[in-house]
Amino acid sequence: MRAGAWRPPSPFPAPWVGTVLWLALAAFLAWNVWSLQVDPARVARGLSRIGIVFGRAFPPEFGQWSLLVEGVVESLQMATLSTALGVVLGIPIAVMAARNIVPSPVYVTGRGIITLARTFHEIIVAIIFVKAVGFGPFAGMLTLTVNSLGFFSKLLAEQVENIDRGQVEAVRATGAGRGGVLLFAVVPQVLPRIIGLTVYQWDIHLRQSTIIGIVGAGGIGTTLYNSFARYDFDFSLAILLVIVAIVLLGEAVSAVARKHID
Amino acid sequence: MGELGQGSRLMAETFTTWRRFTPAQSALRFAGRLALVVAVAWSAAGMGIRWEFIADSPAQVADLFRRMFPPDWGFTGELVSPLVQTINIATLGTVAAVLLSVPVAFLAARNTTFNRGTYALGRVMMSVSRSVDSLIWALIFTIVVGPGSLAGALALAVRSIGFVSKLFAEGIEEIDRGQVEAVTATGAGRLAVLVFGIVPQIRPVFAGVCIYRWDINIRESTVLGIVGAGGIGFVLNNAILGLEWSRVGLILVVILGVVAVSEALSATVRKRVT
Amino acid sequence: MLEVADLHKTYPAGDQALRGVSLTVRGDEVVFVIGPSGAGKSTLIRCINRLVEPDGGSVRLDGLEITGLTGPELRKARRQMGMIFQEFNLVERLTVMENVLSGRLGYVGLWQAWRRRFPPEDIAMAFQTLARVGLAGFESKRADALSGGQRQRVGIARALVQRPKILLVDEPTSSLDPRISEAVMGLITRLAAEEGIPALINIHDVGLAQTFAKRILGLRQGRLVFEGTPGDLTGEALDLIYGGVPAPGTGEEGPVPAG
Repeated sequence: MRAGAWRPPSPFPAPWVGTVLWLALAAFLAWNVWSLQVDPARVARGLSRIGIVFGRAFPPEFGQWSLLVEGVVESLQMATLSTALGVVLGIPIAVMAARNIVPSPVYVTGRGIITLARTFHEIIVAIIFVKAVGFGPFAGMLTLTVNSLGFFSKLLAEQVENIDRGQVEAVRATGAGRGGVLLFAVVPQVLPRIIGLTVYQWDIHLRQSTIIGIVGAGGIGTTLYNSFARYDFDFSLAILLVIVAIVLLGEAVSAVARKHID
Repeated sequence: MGELGQGSRLMAETFTTWRRFTPAQSALRFAGRLALVVAVAWSAAGMGIRWEFIADSPAQVADLFRRMFPPDWGFTGELVSPLVQTINIATLGTVAAVLLSVPVAFLAARNTTFNRGTYALGRVMMSVSRSVDSLIWALIFTIVVGPGSLAGALALAVRSIGFVSKLFAEGIEEIDRGQVEAVTATGAGRLAVLVFGIVPQIRPVFAGVCIYRWDINIRESTVLGIVGAGGIGFVLNNAILGLEWSRVGLILVVILGVVAVSEALSATVRKRVT
Repeated sequence: MLEVADLHKTYPAGDQALRGVSLTVRGDEVVFVIGPSGAGKSTLIRCINRLVEPDGGSVRLDGLEITGLTGPELRKARRQMGMIFQEFNLVERLTVMENVLSGRLGYVGLWQAWRRRFPPEDIAMAFQTLARVGLAGFESKRADALSGGQRQRVGIARALVQRPKILLVDEPTSSLDPRISEAVMGLITRLAAEEGIPALINIHDVGLAQTFAKRILGLRQGRLVFEGTPGDLTGEALDLIYGGVPAPGTGEEGPVPAG
């Protein structure tokens, strides 16, 4: 290098790799934009339609109150029950997926279950459950339970893998059996995380329960979808406002609860 | 009572019971647990379980899987275009969201916002974006801009703003004030402080969050088509409505593949970056 | 009585931690093991209660061969060995009482452990032991609210409530400051004498060993290179153990070369 010249260090193995990657990214993005084939005329029409849609949506119509409440109650019930079930099933699966506690084949199975649960969007899982057990909140509850295995168990497994081995060693040294070690050395370390994750998971389920109704799996999603289909945008807006309110409330509750668990 | 060996000179009184919680605490804990049980029972009551359906479900599921597999491999050719659309929607939605999230994040971060009003504004935008699921946004946008990928991309963009800006804001709030102070002390202007003091600290967070959300959006964009917002979800919905289960099987396999690839990519990049 | 014969241990990475160590600890002896870091002191102690599996050799506690035991038999044997750790290894989120009672886990059933319904004798003993280590009244405090010295005393109490036949102590004072170290070491040796049980103590600080020991063993690179009383611990002996480098705690300072 010439005297006086200096290059900032590069995170890539060789400086040109960085340039190539950036160019590739730019090309990828350009291709994406081009593929979209945005029709300016359509967009213009769309912008004018916004006015119409907003006109029909305001003011929000809360008249069909009972329908609204029914949907909300169903969503709450789905979210709560699936969280409870998800935790009961999720804890053993998380233990199975913790490399430091179980033998290899068990670990692989545990991780496999988690990965499978995470892959498919809850809508797709909902479709399958609706086919299996019929329309309604039961299918929705099962969907959310399966979905939570991918989230709750994954994070819990990570926590279990990160526990302080010294504490486990000490309890083992007293002659405690597997159960004693679990109860006195492992559980106290993971219990706060379990509670925190449960509350967080309930929060997520609440949000998910608002949409799976679109494919018939119960909750306020069905009500919402129907209102859109009937062009009852003012009712739609009412429902949306309620959804936002509930989810925000759920978040507030969850934040408070998590703070209490120190 | 057991002996403790010779030489113990204790005169203290000894107890034979010990409780971790006071009676009041125990009562509270019990009440809490009771409330939980009641909540779960109430939830279960609302499930409307039809036992005949459940009894039938293993047969139903087995039937379903038999029809889905082996998948209709021949249909793959027709999936290329929708798949491309799906990736487009996810990518563009993420990019738009990231660009828009930057100002929102700065507004919603306690240490970079201008005043309480702007802080509240930032927080509200974040919350609203996050409370409404992308599928609902997609419903809304298909009505506003018509069905197709544009609706999908917009839906993902709006939804992602909440997610991305929240993580950005957390990253901004966690920066080391000392580094910012040092750069400011050199006499640098606001922009320079941003570039040299703040941005380098957020950069790892930034890259990680972007690819994380892109990965999530790939998954989200696979279903947006069900409400008409483009992507492979549209083909999936049609196949389901038309009861073409072997095609459904194929689509699910393809989705699995795409999600697996995007996750691997995301994990690699995030490991490199942090 | 503890009899260790020809103990071998090589870690998977190739590190030969113990190369044929033999020792005996009788009746109510308090034996201190000194040596540089990496000499194998930690491995030695952990091979005795099989927290680490030895590759060869034998360990006998009062005639019972420990190395071949499995499952419930091994746990019964562990009950008889009370271990005290360098990092205290208390369960942070549990109270002092629960930590002390965890010493009785080898004796109670799972159900009792879960519901925390330990036998009254155990609880009485826990209270008395806490008083003996100077922590009367601390039973309901959370472990992570205690200072280092207090935590180690809980660790000592935990080991004692096992009613062990021997105390295995792994560098109990390395994480404590010098004044507290002396107090804790004094406590351990006094309690072992009160219980009439032997103790095998790893120690980093040679000065402490000289103050409290009746018998000292010197370990270096997995082999026993010294055995004697504190009086026998001459400069030459120290060189043998520490390889010509100033031994920690003897008042001389200096860098320790690698290897």
